[in-house]
Amino acid sequence: MRRIGIDVGGTNTDAVLIDGATVLHAVKTPTTEDVLGGIRAALADLLAGAGDAVRGLDAVVIGTTHFTNAVIERRALARVGALRIGLPASASLPPFIDWPDDLAALVRGVVAMVPGGHEYDGRPIVPMDHAAVRDAARRMADAGLTSIGITSVFSPLTAECELEAERIVAEEIPGAAITLSHDLGRIGLLERENVTLLNACLQDLARRTTEAFTAALQQSGIAAPLYLTQNDGTIMRAELARRFPVFSFASGPTNSMRGAAFLSGLADGVVVDVGGTTTDIGYLKDGFPREANAAVAIGGVRTLFRMPDLLSIGLGGGTEIAEDGNRIGPGSVGFRLLQKALAFGGDTLTATDIAVAAGRIELGDRRHLAAVRRDFAERVLTRMAEMVTEGVDRMKTEAGDVPLLAVGGGSFLIPDRVEGCSAVVRVPHHAVANAVGAAIAQASGEVDQVFSGMTREAALAAAQLEAERRAVEAGAVPASLNVVEMEDIPLSYLPGDARRVRVRMIGDIGGP
Amino acid sequence: MFRTIEPEELEPLATGAWILGTGGGGSPYLAYLNIRKLYAEGTRVTLMDPDALADDDLVAVVSNMGAPLVGQERLSDPDFATRPVRMMEEYLGRRFRAVMSVEIGGGNAFQPLLVAARTGLPVVDADAMGRAFPEAQMTSFAIAELPMFPLTLADIRDNEVIVTRAASWKWMERISRKVCTEVGSIAATCKAPRTGAEVKRHGILRTTTQAIALGRAVREARRRHDDPVAATLDAAHGKLVFRGKIADVQRRTTEGFLRGTARLTGLDADRGATFEVAFQNEYAVGWRDGRVVVTTPDLICLLDSVSGEAIGTESLRYGQRVSVIALPPPPILRTPKGLANVGPRAFGHDTDYVTLFEEGVA
Repeated sequence: MRRIGIDVGGTNTDAVLIDGATVLHAVKTPTTEDVLGGIRAALADLLAGAGDAVRGLDAVVIGTTHFTNAVIERRALARVGALRIGLPASASLPPFIDWPDDLAALVRGVVAMVPGGHEYDGRPIVPMDHAAVRDAARRMADAGLTSIGITSVFSPLTAECELEAERIVAEEIPGAAITLSHDLGRIGLLERENVTLLNACLQDLARRTTEAFTAALQQSGIAAPLYLTQNDGTIMRAELARRFPVFSFASGPTNSMRGAAFLSGLADGVVVDVGGTTTDIGYLKDGFPREANAAVAIGGVRTLFRMPDLLSIGLGGGTEIAEDGNRIGPGSVGFRLLQKALAFGGDTLTATDIAVAAGRIELGDRRHLAAVRRDFAERVLTRMAEMVTEGVDRMKTEAGDVPLLAVGGGSFLIPDRVEGCSAVVRVPHHAVANAVGAAIAQASGEVDQVFSGMTREAALAAAQLEAERRAVEAGAVPASLNVVEMEDIPLSYLPGDARRVRVRMIGDIGGP
Repeated sequence: MFRTIEPEELEPLATGAWILGTGGGGSPYLAYLNIRKLYAEGTRVTLMDPDALADDDLVAVVSNMGAPLVGQERLSDPDFATRPVRMMEEYLGRRFRAVMSVEIGGGNAFQPLLVAARTGLPVVDADAMGRAFPEAQMTSFAIAELPMFPLTLADIRDNEVIVTRAASWKWMERISRKVCTEVGSIAATCKAPRTGAEVKRHGILRTTTQAIALGRAVREARRRHDDPVAATLDAAHGKLVFRGKIADVQRRTTEGFLRGTARLTGLDADRGATFEVAFQNEYAVGWRDGRVVVTTPDLICLLDSVSGEAIGTESLRYGQRVSVIALPPPPILRTPKGLANVGPRAFGHDTDYVTLFEEGVA
């Protein structure tokens, strides 16, 4: 298995070439305004350095914050048609109800609510009004809309209404990019609809971006298939991923943790990723980040997503230190470290200067640090170690000691002994752990649905079958599939043994 | 005696009501969105002190009944909330003077506000639980043995049901629950109407004001980067029971309820100790190192240790860092009759009531 992994971050674009469990080559280049320039430069560096090793490449995997940033910065978003099927239910809270005004003003095209949808037990609320769907589609066509989001009440349980409405909309708006909520979301109408509408407004950008990615690979002479990373630490074929740009939201920290697991060979432990401004502490369980299962706001829009459970503390290589040493951060010189830090001839005492003064690392010019006494530096380093120790303890959920995986450009701030940790593991290529995480990712399929009127065993089996189907669609080889998560929650006040079942399956990606 | 609920009080009400939900009652978020929208359109709701009620005034006691999960798909709606109130007026041939909630804990804190926005009736600053409980016989009105009928129930479709008589509060619970399930496990209801005298004598008074004050304290603490858990304890005269991380959650349903236990391992001052909390929709009993230290009707709340946000029994998750706190219950819930209806044995736990608030036990 020979792959290229690329992580397009806010500051740097990192790329690695791996073969099996070996990192053959790694490069770091500045991210460019257009994203593509950075990717081309990274690929050129990588190819120049790796030589013949790029032959027989199985896959290129790109992790990008491009789509998240488009939402946060309100740029390149398409106006969408929002169709909700569920009247007479939920009438008073129409689509876009809790969106920030500026974002809604950019994205809201035609909003239509029509009769239809289902109950928790699969009965229709009322029969879907086909004529009303067609009328809504015509109004959307008249408004020139080509990105449509369709959400039906209880569609994670039965997608019938959404699929029928898709057929009608496609007839009225040939070539429309249609997002169906059951493909994306979980129970929770507004959150699922929000994700659907965000996905719809990113369709143009996703198409252009994946086409450009593909072109960049071709120009670099690479014929391997392209995959994009998802926020659950897995990947999707680019053709499929471009239909679901929202799945790339917040994939960066996930890739970093997955990369740390791969580089260290450890599946369980606490990952401490020290960057320039913050330290992200996450927990690895069976090689995947533990998830935060709560509502998350993206660009001010409430969504439900598979996000890694992270604790961020204000400590990084660029963290500013008060002259008396009593205050550490939260201010940071960030990416201006090479201009601002004392060791590089600047005027600001940073965490990096402290590490140099204490003799922990060699960076910059020690002569600039003559005024920083060694015992002072040791004292501040101890304080920083306490911050890390406390953060690690907050994230731990078991009493015993666990290994700590130290990654990121500022990981020299982590001492070799941390209380509550069995070992501090440092790995080569830790500064490009995110690109490694992208390169090694597998494909997954997830199901989160309510099942009723069947036994627990039958519900779990039905969920697993659908998760398998989705994993294969994302690019997984059927024979390699494994269940990585399976949980069911019985539901209160519902008869018929109703339960919400969540299953996630993961497998290796196949050849081209 | 009458005052307008100001727009800036709505968010604190949502935060406070969710804490008073003691893990159940459903998140107030969607009901809050509705009232915020109505306020944006210019509507205002009047809050009425219970003392302003004349003894023979008629008060509508409303609730949104059903499964919290269904409420996440079939969303709260003011027109739907109002229909059973109109049905009841028609059935009785009398007009209501005001409207109140059956439970201040969770989403139902907003149900009377939605009705008030549509009808112009004032909202009585009171409820019948002072928190959230899962069943109809767990109200202060049931404990006081007031009549439990009639009850009106409306579905979003053109289905309306009136339960004209029931043999007991438990029978009323069973019959109305059955109808609710049939129409999709969510229904708007208007419970047995109450007179002004009954509300003043047997209601849990001034709980809307209490919820707003609680929510405001938490939000202000958060804004000042103070400890929101400490602010909650301060505002509600509560006690910190345990600080820890959730190490395990077990859930099961029996008779339509979400039951289970969560196990916590201690942090900070509680390091080395473990805590277990049992729930039936709401948190019911807490054990520290195997010994019962707090039970219902004390309000047992689990808050996110950092944000102070309440955590519902349905969203408990391995690894969450939580503070378990207890708030004092309304006195009527601590009477022998009250404990029979809402004490630990009413939830199947073979233990006497254990409280952290000795003063005032009947």
